[in-house]
Amino acid sequence: MSELTAKDLGAELLQRVHELPHGKKIDQCIQCGTCSASCPTSGAMEYGPREIIASLRAGMLERVLNSNTVWLCASCYSCVVRCPAGIPFTDIMYELKRLGVKHGIYPRKTTNAAMANSFSEVIDKHGRNSDTKLILKYYLRTSPWKILGQMGLAARLFFKGRMDIFTKTIKGLDGLQKMMAAAEENGDK
Amino acid sequence: MIAENDNNKTRSFSYYPGCSTRSANRAYDISTRSVAGALGIELEELDDWNCCGATAYVAIHEKRSFILSARNLALAEKTGKDLVAICNGCYLALRKASKYISEDPELHDEVAKALAAGDMSYKGSIGVRHFLDVVVNDVGAEDIRERVSRRLEGLKIAPYYGCQIGRPFGEIDDPENPRMMDDLIDWLGAEAVRFPLKAKCCGGLMMTTQADIGRELTGKILKNAVDAGADCIITACPLCQMNLEGYQKTVSKTMGVDCSIPVLYFTQLMGVAFGLTSRELALKDSLTPVEALFAEKVNI
Repeated sequence: MSELTAKDLGAELLQRVHELPHGKKIDQCIQCGTCSASCPTSGAMEYGPREIIASLRAGMLERVLNSNTVWLCASCYSCVVRCPAGIPFTDIMYELKRLGVKHGIYPRKTTNAAMANSFSEVIDKHGRNSDTKLILKYYLRTSPWKILGQMGLAARLFFKGRMDIFTKTIKGLDGLQKMMAAAEENGDK
Repeated sequence: MIAENDNNKTRSFSYYPGCSTRSANRAYDISTRSVAGALGIELEELDDWNCCGATAYVAIHEKRSFILSARNLALAEKTGKDLVAICNGCYLALRKASKYISEDPELHDEVAKALAAGDMSYKGSIGVRHFLDVVVNDVGAEDIRERVSRRLEGLKIAPYYGCQIGRPFGEIDDPENPRMMDDLIDWLGAEAVRFPLKAKCCGGLMMTTQADIGRELTGKILKNAVDAGADCIITACPLCQMNLEGYQKTVSKTMGVDCSIPVLYFTQLMGVAFGLTSRELALKDSLTPVEALFAEKVNI
């Protein structure tokens, strides 16, 4: 992270979150902890969802982004349906992921970021996902030798005829890419 | 078949199969088409659909993730029919995009501009549905009971809903305690077991990226179903299906108990009760002994 101070980071996040549908509700967090108690992965997080908002308010967001926390969100929306203040927390987790990727603030061992990047690249190139291509891309980016651990399942799927060898590209890829370029011009984050 | 005097005319939809059903989870697509045929539901595959973006694309690009869904919605709008998805991830991505685009004027304008760059447009005139919702809430108890030719008496089933069908909007079912598949199981003559973890998260992609966490989340669900005395689990999502069926050996090791149990799609279960063939339901695709289960329990 270059010149960015922790304060700037918090301000940038708040501004973006406020632009999300129902994002302004983040200001009404009462720190009750229902989100953390509902989260299936909070036990493994260095900072739970409640602590993320506390860190933001304390100007300590950087340490959240540097922890494993945001990339452990599996998008199950349990916190969203239970939050008494109606905060769309899953959308905030996405915002935190994007912010970290944008500024390069995320723990290097977080393989979930590598997965998200690999996935986006496959979609941008073909318009559709291919499991085989995604998995190869992901392991090449992280730990190539770990692909051996997937060989058992891969073989079982292969013999069932359930593995895709070729990646299908949509006919309208050109149009889709033009739309994506236009969205970027409008300031995609 | 649907009764002649059914005032709901022909049920006809645009159909969005989703990327995962092109290969690893093709059994979901195959069995969905067969069951739709048996119930007189027309599913017309959306021409040249693209990926919905799932939960990973939006972690990198926000606006562009809405464009992915907007293109699909625009394609569906041309057909004038509501769009039916079968994967929970696709269902939520499409539904969320359609909701946010209609509620947020700024996003609406940005999406309209981007679509125009590819000579497309979207007015917001069509709905997004999950096939389970169509089956349970449109077709309903009476017609489904009538179509059953092989009641699944004595079969105990754990219905696993996953996350993204009831949450976050809770428009088609209770976000905490969904009932759609429980009811469906009853209509097919089988019994739904008490299954408290039926809407708890399976971990999604975590099984690949953080296997220790993925195994624990999936393991708890499998163990809960086994402990409840279920003969099998049914799912409504390809990623849940893969996590629950693909890693049972390693998960059993993690949990310290045997978590082996057949896992199939709700559409495959319906098809068995409707008397469809194993081939029409792609039962052979299963990594768990689904065919053996039906041979033993319902004598197929």
